[in-house]
Amino acid sequence: MAEHWVDFLRLMDGTLRFAAPLILCAMAGLVSERSGVIDIGLEGKLLAGAFAAAAVASITGSAPFGLLAAIAVSMAMGLLHGFACITHRGEQIISGVAINFLASGATIVAGIALFSRGGQSPPLSAGERFRPITLPGVEALAGVPVIGPLYAELISGHNVLVYAAVASVPMVWWMLFRTTFGLRLRAVGEKPEAVDSAGLSVTWLRYRGVLIAGALCGVAGAYLSIAHGGGFVREMSAGKGYIALAAMIFGKWRPGPVLFACLIFGFLEAAAARLQSVELPMVGVIPVELILVLPYVATVVLLAGFFGRAVPPKALGVAYVKER
Amino acid sequence: MKIAPLPRWAEVGLIPVLNIALALAVSGVVIAMLGESPMAALVVMMKGAFVNPGGLGYTLYYTTNFIFTGLAVSIAFHAMLFNIGGEGQAAIGGLGVALVCLALDPVLPGALVIVLAIGASAAFGAAWALIPGYLQAYRGSHIVITTIMFNFIAAGLTVALLTGALMRPGQSSPQTREFAEAAQLPFIHDMLGWVGLGVARSPLNLSFVIALVCCVGVWVLIWRTKFGYALRAMGQSEPAAIYAGIPVQRMVVIAMALSGGMAGMMALNEILGVQHKLLLNFTSGYGFTGIAVALMGRNHPVGIVLASLLFGALFQGGAELDFEFKTITREMVLLIQGLIILFSGALAYMLYPLVGRVFAMVRGADG
Amino acid sequence: MSILYGFYTADSGQIEIDGQPAKIHNSADAIRLGIGMVHQHFMLVPTFTVLENVMLGREGGALLERGRAETRAELERLSCEHGLEIDPDALVGDLGVGLQQRVEILKALRRGARILILDEPTGVLTPDETDRLFDILRALKRDGVTILLITHKLREIMEVTDAVSVMRQGEMVGHRTPATTTREELAELMVGRKVQLDAVPVTGEPGPVALVADGLSWRDAGGALRLDRVGLELRAGEILGVAGVTGNGQSELLDLLSGIAEPQAGQIRLGERRINSGHPADPAEMRALGLAHVPEDRQHRGLVLSFSAAENVVLGYQGGERAGTGAFINPTGIRALCQKLMDRFDVRPTDPSLRAGGFSGGNQQKIVLAREIDVGPKVLLVGQPTRGVDIGAIEFIHQQLVDLKQAGCAILLVSVELDEILALSDRIMVMNAGRVVGTIDRAEADRHRLGLMMAGIAEGAAA
Repeated sequence: MAEHWVDFLRLMDGTLRFAAPLILCAMAGLVSERSGVIDIGLEGKLLAGAFAAAAVASITGSAPFGLLAAIAVSMAMGLLHGFACITHRGEQIISGVAINFLASGATIVAGIALFSRGGQSPPLSAGERFRPITLPGVEALAGVPVIGPLYAELISGHNVLVYAAVASVPMVWWMLFRTTFGLRLRAVGEKPEAVDSAGLSVTWLRYRGVLIAGALCGVAGAYLSIAHGGGFVREMSAGKGYIALAAMIFGKWRPGPVLFACLIFGFLEAAAARLQSVELPMVGVIPVELILVLPYVATVVLLAGFFGRAVPPKALGVAYVKER
Repeated sequence: MKIAPLPRWAEVGLIPVLNIALALAVSGVVIAMLGESPMAALVVMMKGAFVNPGGLGYTLYYTTNFIFTGLAVSIAFHAMLFNIGGEGQAAIGGLGVALVCLALDPVLPGALVIVLAIGASAAFGAAWALIPGYLQAYRGSHIVITTIMFNFIAAGLTVALLTGALMRPGQSSPQTREFAEAAQLPFIHDMLGWVGLGVARSPLNLSFVIALVCCVGVWVLIWRTKFGYALRAMGQSEPAAIYAGIPVQRMVVIAMALSGGMAGMMALNEILGVQHKLLLNFTSGYGFTGIAVALMGRNHPVGIVLASLLFGALFQGGAELDFEFKTITREMVLLIQGLIILFSGALAYMLYPLVGRVFAMVRGADG
Repeated sequence: MSILYGFYTADSGQIEIDGQPAKIHNSADAIRLGIGMVHQHFMLVPTFTVLENVMLGREGGALLERGRAETRAELERLSCEHGLEIDPDALVGDLGVGLQQRVEILKALRRGARILILDEPTGVLTPDETDRLFDILRALKRDGVTILLITHKLREIMEVTDAVSVMRQGEMVGHRTPATTTREELAELMVGRKVQLDAVPVTGEPGPVALVADGLSWRDAGGALRLDRVGLELRAGEILGVAGVTGNGQSELLDLLSGIAEPQAGQIRLGERRINSGHPADPAEMRALGLAHVPEDRQHRGLVLSFSAAENVVLGYQGGERAGTGAFINPTGIRALCQKLMDRFDVRPTDPSLRAGGFSGGNQQKIVLAREIDVGPKVLLVGQPTRGVDIGAIEFIHQQLVDLKQAGCAILLVSVELDEILALSDRIMVMNAGRVVGTIDRAEADRHRLGLMMAGIAEGAAA
């Protein structure tokens, strides 16, 4: 019995580790889209952040510097997106696609220029990564049935960025619903005219939205390359930015449900490896690729309205132009 | 400050050219930062794309892909639909081609198989776009998200099939067996050889001609048919379309199907024309670039051909860059592409005020 | 007004408030100077509560908790002081238009507005609600608030204002006081020449019944009942005017009759065709049956603004012979048709290749009207034909409708302008809350009687 429990906990542990970057990116997308700016560029920011983290961590030998670099680079890309969409009222989806292309190309070009390893960063040593943290009390609780293993396997033993990812959800929630800034941000995504006529700057609010989104994506990128992984590998974001987008829509732009969606998608990824060679009754072996596309299928099913309508912020995707 | 509208030639010609120039200038800066000369790089790219033996052929071969995906995006865009699913639709189109060829090439004459394969590429691509189209029209699901999702689903599907059911027996690499020789699109260099013209070898094949024919077809469809009128009206103003009795939901599905069909036909170039078998990742970014091509070409077939030529030259020139310079690789092309999409798409109107002011000054000076 | 409220900056000239020159670069400046604006299209976030909407911009701190309590108290105070009852926790999206307007006024007052600008406030109100609004404005005036009322309704100007300034084509053409002027003089200033007001329509003998509706009911997507057993009878050679305040079902009635929406109950009979929920008809079919439609929203429905005038001339008829033979469009034919219509209806500039969006409101409306009239319809549905149209074009359009009526067409005219209804209709049907309150002959109709009906007070019922 205890074995099954530990096994289950390991699965949950894996879920959390796969879900962490999704959570951060999904929160990023949520903040941006709640302010009315579509963010297809989550993937690109994630990738760019991952590269920046690995590159700087490798060069400076310090993981925290890598994290800061990731945040800075992602925010810069967010700023670019904002510049195109907010100031120049460009097509937001195109801008997102452009950012993804730029990240793909720039990370490899820079990677080769810096490290000459075909786009990879050099493998990172322990000091250049975020290592798992053992929370206090693991020893003390070791003997306690059920709770002991729960604490040791699932709650303790993650690197700091995983905890950051989980913490980001209540933080974003609190920011959106309990602060003045959040009220204004949400207003700008629903009816920017109301905000403008109240004497507030729609532009500045939206810029702050995309900058916050950039910062969160940066943390997610750092997680991929210097916490979860041991360095940067080309195209290592592998579609996670799009899955985060899917989770955001699946969670209907609300922090709690979005977290839930990310966990489900993370679970699918964790379970996929295990289910790879398992024969399921009646179906046989499911190719792992099909399991991995389940998040995408799930999102389409949701969008088809079978689980209630996903209603985005009203002013989403529409550049604000003052009109009488 | 109010700026007078620019003359049509400036809007359609000058501004796009300036946007590209800006993108290339920034690329030049990046190249300089890598320690190479931007001018040298440009020369290498131009030679690689147009001058070197076989270069033009390669360029046009890439251009063919972009024409198909660009047309696909533009058809949907006339209905104000963003079809981001070109990659997936092309992949599934390729699947259609492969299924037809693998099943029929032992039994039917090559020419017939080719015709059926062309039909299959369009039909399969259309089917893959039809579902997101249907969901948008009848369930309100945002087409951008669904098409992105379908890209990934298509990728997963093709990997699963190519490593399983469709894989060439006795092999471990994920691809099908080669199609019968009769069931392959002839290369242009071969065709020119038949009439006595000798040109260097390149992957350029008959699908290039098919692409150009499609351009004409799309132009007639969009601007000279009642269907095209209805499509454009719907894209410009849905309430007006409803008022006019245009069956909006049905049109959305049809538009997406046409769009997907065009994207599916991209597979003709790669699968039927060059590779002669189905393999992974043959769509490699062409679908997304199609978006840039449609944008730059202002959704008009003439513009699309020009933009496709530009990107084709970029791709081929990029390969040459990789070859000639140690520090620059093919991925530089991705960067340049991203910059072009940025400046021609997202920042398309950035130069308007500046150009407008220049025009105003010139006009003021005249008179 | 956009300049006063900071949306645009003036190219030249200056503003003085209380004798001091003022620089207004954005709404924040305007608010600080005590200027408040109630826009024609409300600046409210539908998914927020009244409280949150009022708080927006002056939340009183970085955290919402404290601000909420303070704003609630302020809101109560202002409500009581000025008689503007409102529920602070109601979702604005659920409120009716009159209440939403109230929230807008409260917002402005809370921001300390001493100068209140109201932009066409009464278009969405019943005569009764309008009276209440004017009472509120008079009370505010007594409290020392300066009120700028933008309106084109001569009656209102005479009723509630102390001074009036008339603008025409971007210029100020006169200042008057209501006490010393007349509606005719004001109208003349607005147009630049003498205008005939209060014309009495030419009536003739109505012909056979062209269109009948009975028992029409329709609920919108949110479940609200918009049409409640509406019935009408339209005869050839008459104009049936549908009067009522915006939002009482007239728009939905037009949608049903034109085929844009399907009746959920009841039926429509046009010629031989019976249209009901089992046998719906779409706009294309209705056109084929001889019905034409000049929609209320010419910019988003009646025209595709980015298309040329020529292309717009076949909007709605794009599937048939007018546009071309077979599956193809004939651009030359369409251009010629457009030229002909532009000449006949005096549309300027007479350029078929100009985008529809480049024409003035009056000319746009003429294009739409020309298109619908030229096909020679048996029934014409017209919604708000002169909204946003300059007075010169108004006269032309009215004459076209009268001519068409006399040629035997059956016309259904929906308008929120009582003057227009009274000027053109042979019979008048009044709608309120989705129901037909009553249908009376023009000869028996006057503003007072119609006003009561518009407020839902049926004939013979206690007032």
